[in-house]
Amino acid sequence: MGKTFAEKVLAKKSGEVEVVPGQIVIVKPDHLLTHDNSAAVVGKIQADLKEFGVARPEMPVIILDHVVPAASEKTATNHQTSRAFAKKYDIRNFFDVGHGICHQVLVEKGLARPGSIIVGSDSHTCSYGALGVFSSGIDRTEAAALMLRGETWLKVPETIKITLTGKLKPGVSAKDIVLTIIGDIRADGASYKAVEFHGDIQNLTVEQRLTISNMGIEMGGKVAVFPVDDQTKAFLLSYGVNENEYEPVWADDDAEYIQELNYDMGAIEPVVALPHTVDNVKKVTEAGEIEFNQFLLGTCTNGRTSDLEAAAAILDGKQVAAGKRLIVLPASKKIYEEALEKGIIIRLSRAGAMLLPPGCGPCLGAHQGVLAPGEKCLSTANRNFKGRMGCKEAEIYLSSAETLAASAIYGKLTDPRKEVA
Amino acid sequence: MTVWKYDKSDINTDMLFPGKYTYTCSTPDEIRPHLLEDLDPEFTKKVQEGDILFVGKNFGCGSSREQPVLGLRSVGVQAIVGKSFARIFYRAAINQGLLLVECPEAVDAYEEGDEVTFDAAAGKITVGGKEFSFPKLPPAILAIRDAGGLLPYTREALRKK
Repeated sequence: MGKTFAEKVLAKKSGEVEVVPGQIVIVKPDHLLTHDNSAAVVGKIQADLKEFGVARPEMPVIILDHVVPAASEKTATNHQTSRAFAKKYDIRNFFDVGHGICHQVLVEKGLARPGSIIVGSDSHTCSYGALGVFSSGIDRTEAAALMLRGETWLKVPETIKITLTGKLKPGVSAKDIVLTIIGDIRADGASYKAVEFHGDIQNLTVEQRLTISNMGIEMGGKVAVFPVDDQTKAFLLSYGVNENEYEPVWADDDAEYIQELNYDMGAIEPVVALPHTVDNVKKVTEAGEIEFNQFLLGTCTNGRTSDLEAAAAILDGKQVAAGKRLIVLPASKKIYEEALEKGIIIRLSRAGAMLLPPGCGPCLGAHQGVLAPGEKCLSTANRNFKGRMGCKEAEIYLSSAETLAASAIYGKLTDPRKEVA
Repeated sequence: MTVWKYDKSDINTDMLFPGKYTYTCSTPDEIRPHLLEDLDPEFTKKVQEGDILFVGKNFGCGSSREQPVLGLRSVGVQAIVGKSFARIFYRAAINQGLLLVECPEAVDAYEEGDEVTFDAAAGKITVGGKEFSFPKLPPAILAIRDAGGLLPYTREALRKK
């Protein structure tokens, strides 16, 4: 019997000949990601660090992104603690405030390599599945233990196979695919399970795959992975990673799955996740009239150049509706510069957008773009939980960059297909 | 002992501990005032050592923040009995030594005032006289809980080296 992606990676990385779902294996992750929570992570092990040191200084990747630039003395001190830790323990992969969102920066720095294992104290660590990485979120305590010991346990998951066929129609995006799937299988549909994407993957760019893998956790998934193809290889090469620097792993044709689902990408329509759960998904055409106060374009889900370009193309020559706020955060400094050079930023700004520095910003409600009671925000982020953007009496809706841009023009939920025709 | 029942699906980490506090509160004393703030503001005022939670499907979904687990542990919650738990939350509970019991039948059976007893080693729970069993954790995972959580477990392992 063939093996799934998860079974093959975990066997290889644990030194077992073969593993089966449910089995617990010990692995040394290639990388451990922490962000602003690095301060809390190292705070748990101050004395231990003196006794044991950092097990594998090449493993941690620290990227400060959640509250940047610092919003308070407390958050500034978190950054200061993280910097001092990185310096003292020779953490070579330390990226200070200003580089951008961890999930984008880690990819840009060539650290997400096919066939590797990455764990991170951030739930959207599953993003790197787009590049054939076994990557998953853990808590801060586990990150602390990993700093000391360099290894951890993982349970071999069962796997769901999702086959995507055909091609997206204009105005429809990868975000619509993943929201549609989450709406169908619900927030716990892939709980404890790996999700593999098969089919006409060549019809999705690597950036689109990153959007889909990023939201694997919103269906409860442990990992959400794509096969490595020529587009992946070219993408990695563009960040300086050569083909001889990684070993892709993919499922056997006769692997065993717990569930199989099929989606025709050509039949996917623009959708929106309504408050207060990501699986509360409706077609834009069936969601009714919803007026918004704020629009948030960015985040680790949809803050890449292609998203900014898609929004700019719709907003060109138009204006954000009077009295409405459009906030844009490029996902990284590199993307910000690319968007500046390509003239995307000026187009967004002229349409009425307000630019924020690369980072997580309003997505988690810690600072910047916090909502007031009774307000509604349409966001390209990955979560619309109650209180997420800093106010529990506000409502968050999730959509693609295209739907967001079209809606910003009219101030209310709008089908982007009308605007791209 | 009080039983707190929140039998609702997908109670997420923002309801258990809002994201806006994630980078300013990390010790039990800082977490406690905001514990379950957007789910049940009364909880943190009234919870007592030894209390139990009965919860719905996919409890703890969302963020990887561990403050909900740290907070529930620090106020002395004895165990959480749930229909199911989100993966990262489940892992965080093991790492803090907090007992999670996956037993949907027990959640459905519980009615206000029912007496509840546990036998974690035997994998048994009784609710109002009815007995239910739940799967025991694998020994490798139980060892983490028995050591008092992942950090004490890791220290022991490193010192044995």
